[in-house]
Amino acid sequence: MQVNGVSIPLEKPQTLLEFLNEKGYNLHRIAVERNEKIEAKEDYATILLQDSDVIEIVSFMGGGAC
Amino acid sequence: METIKNDTFVLGGKEFHSRFILGSGKFSQQLIRDVMEYGGSEIATIALRRANADSPENILDYLPKNLTLLPNTSGARNADEAVRIARLSRALGCGDFVKVEVIPDTKYLLPDNAETIRATEILSKEGFHVLPYMYPDLIAARRLADAGAAAIMPLGAPIGSNKGLRTKDFIQILIDEIDLPIIVDAGIGAPSQACEAMEMGAAAVMANTAVATADNCPMMAHAFKLAIEAGRAAYLAKLGRVLESGAEASSPLTGFLQD
Amino acid sequence: MRKIYDPMEYQPNMQQIDSDIFDHVIAARTAYQPEQYTAKQVQAALRKDVLSFEDFAALLSPAAQPFLEQMARRAKEEREKHFGNNVLLFTPLYISNYCENQCIYCGFNCKNPITRCKLNAAEIEAEMENIAKTGMREVLLLTGESRSVSGPEYIAEAVRIAKKYFSTIGLEVYPMNADEYAMLREAGADFVTVFQETYDLQRYGEMHVAGAKRCFPYRVNAQERALMGGMRGVGFGVLLGLADFRKDMFAAGVHAALLQKKYPQGEMALSFPRLRPYKNHEETNPNDVHETQLLQMMLACRIFLPFASFTISTRERADFRDHVLPLAATKISAGVNVGIGGHNEEHQQKGDAQFEISDPRSLEEIHNAILAQGMQPVYTDYINTNIL
Repeated sequence: MQVNGVSIPLEKPQTLLEFLNEKGYNLHRIAVERNEKIEAKEDYATILLQDSDVIEIVSFMGGGAC
Repeated sequence: METIKNDTFVLGGKEFHSRFILGSGKFSQQLIRDVMEYGGSEIATIALRRANADSPENILDYLPKNLTLLPNTSGARNADEAVRIARLSRALGCGDFVKVEVIPDTKYLLPDNAETIRATEILSKEGFHVLPYMYPDLIAARRLADAGAAAIMPLGAPIGSNKGLRTKDFIQILIDEIDLPIIVDAGIGAPSQACEAMEMGAAAVMANTAVATADNCPMMAHAFKLAIEAGRAAYLAKLGRVLESGAEASSPLTGFLQD
Repeated sequence: MRKIYDPMEYQPNMQQIDSDIFDHVIAARTAYQPEQYTAKQVQAALRKDVLSFEDFAALLSPAAQPFLEQMARRAKEEREKHFGNNVLLFTPLYISNYCENQCIYCGFNCKNPITRCKLNAAEIEAEMENIAKTGMREVLLLTGESRSVSGPEYIAEAVRIAKKYFSTIGLEVYPMNADEYAMLREAGADFVTVFQETYDLQRYGEMHVAGAKRCFPYRVNAQERALMGGMRGVGFGVLLGLADFRKDMFAAGVHAALLQKKYPQGEMALSFPRLRPYKNHEETNPNDVHETQLLQMMLACRIFLPFASFTISTRERADFRDHVLPLAATKISAGVNVGIGGHNEEHQQKGDAQFEISDPRSLEEIHNAILAQGMQPVYTDYINTNIL
């Protein structure tokens, strides 16, 4: 799959929640877009990742001046 | 001075006392809390970036809890990208405010008013409180108002330039003609310039670079706070007249009257 | 017994539009207390580049009267900024004087035993041909307010004839619905003027005792309906002296400012007709509008609405008209005959006039008077794109 622009092999069947926890993301501080659709947090546990998925994981940072 | 104490402005149904909107970019995360405190800001802009699992530090851990967050759409080069960024920002659960920035020019970093109008229309319909960043153009500002903008954020000078109110006359037109808060954004390099914008009748001023590039950031934030309050008070007090050179002895223009 | 209508009541077939302009204008007029303003507020207003409603209120107040010369200077600057030294000339043409209203102050009042008539198409064409021969390119078509005698289609026919001779066509007729204004726009009309007379509801009711004109809100909203119908511009006017003239002038200015804001493409125009104070009228009546007050109204409006075109009435004497051109007015009528017909060689008119004019000068005389003021007479000021 593509995660934040990087290719990551999907080694085993895995839910989105399992993947995020394994990588160490703070779930309270991120939003996830999967194949250009924003996924609701409560659905993370039931979403089974696909090899073809394109995933963006985003959070806030300081900003206001380029 | 009851007028000053009770002076507030409303954005997206929320009442604010501070008219200083601070950008949270370019600061070390440790400094940001002091800057917000000394600036007295109630609104701070933040930006969306790809999350990094390896660095658990997050801007939200450093910002005061009662702050209203204003995510911007920086990085968007057209309306569709701005809409996508805005939706992702809202999914992060920090409210319905969004500052729409559509910047398709990498040299001058000037905004695309037409795409900004399009994004504003889409996002307003989705329930966002949209604060569009724009080049100060009256006709485009009217369209933004029609598209449902909650406020208009015209630029004073190119982003990060610290050049001050180079677009002063055009911002004045927006203040006079548009029935929305006009928040001067970008290019404000010194507290005196922020004060000038407030004297003109701007609803608020946004700054980031000017504070972030000062030697002492919290003190500069404080200076902006005082300047913005001074400008606002001057606006409310209404500027006095310029003394004219004495009374008119003759009536060269009105001497023809016969009552 | 005939039914006495409530002036707020719409009569059948009168279009009601969804607009808050009426409420804003009436509320502004009600709140305005001209006596409460001070010299300090007048000076502060004159200092500002763009005036707020409050500043406008100050300039219209009695406190501004001692500052007439300063106001004249500022007004002159604004006029120069927006119009240079151009003065637009036009001729009014009265095509019918039938009227269904009983306006107590008006010569066309349907109870007045004057000679009534309306011009037919051939007569209209003959009149227009004569006016156009003088070099005039803008015409203002006027009727009394009778929908049954001079209906919208009759007016449209006159507009279509005018299109052959004139580049700009204004209408000063009874208020209509937006679709009727659209029809007249299509026929070739550019501007619609409706005089409100007064924005004081009670006084309005007293003065307009019967007829369609009695409906107060329908008249107030006429300009907005005209803009909805696609008119290029709209004109406003109050009959100064009918009620509190300062409050009425304030309402008219606010009305124009609000409509300009809502329809930024629309051109706004103001006229300043006044009821002349009686001669030998000893005690001072606060509603009396002398030349000083009239000029103050015009100057305040010029400073508040620097972009609007102002017409100076033929009811005023020639010297007054000439002198307000560089200060405030931008349009002046010439070659005026306020009777019905009369633009012919024998000056034979078919029907009686609404009022007497005070400036009977010919077009040539007015043209020369404008030049003598250092101003430039202009006969058509824009490329008309409403040609098809």
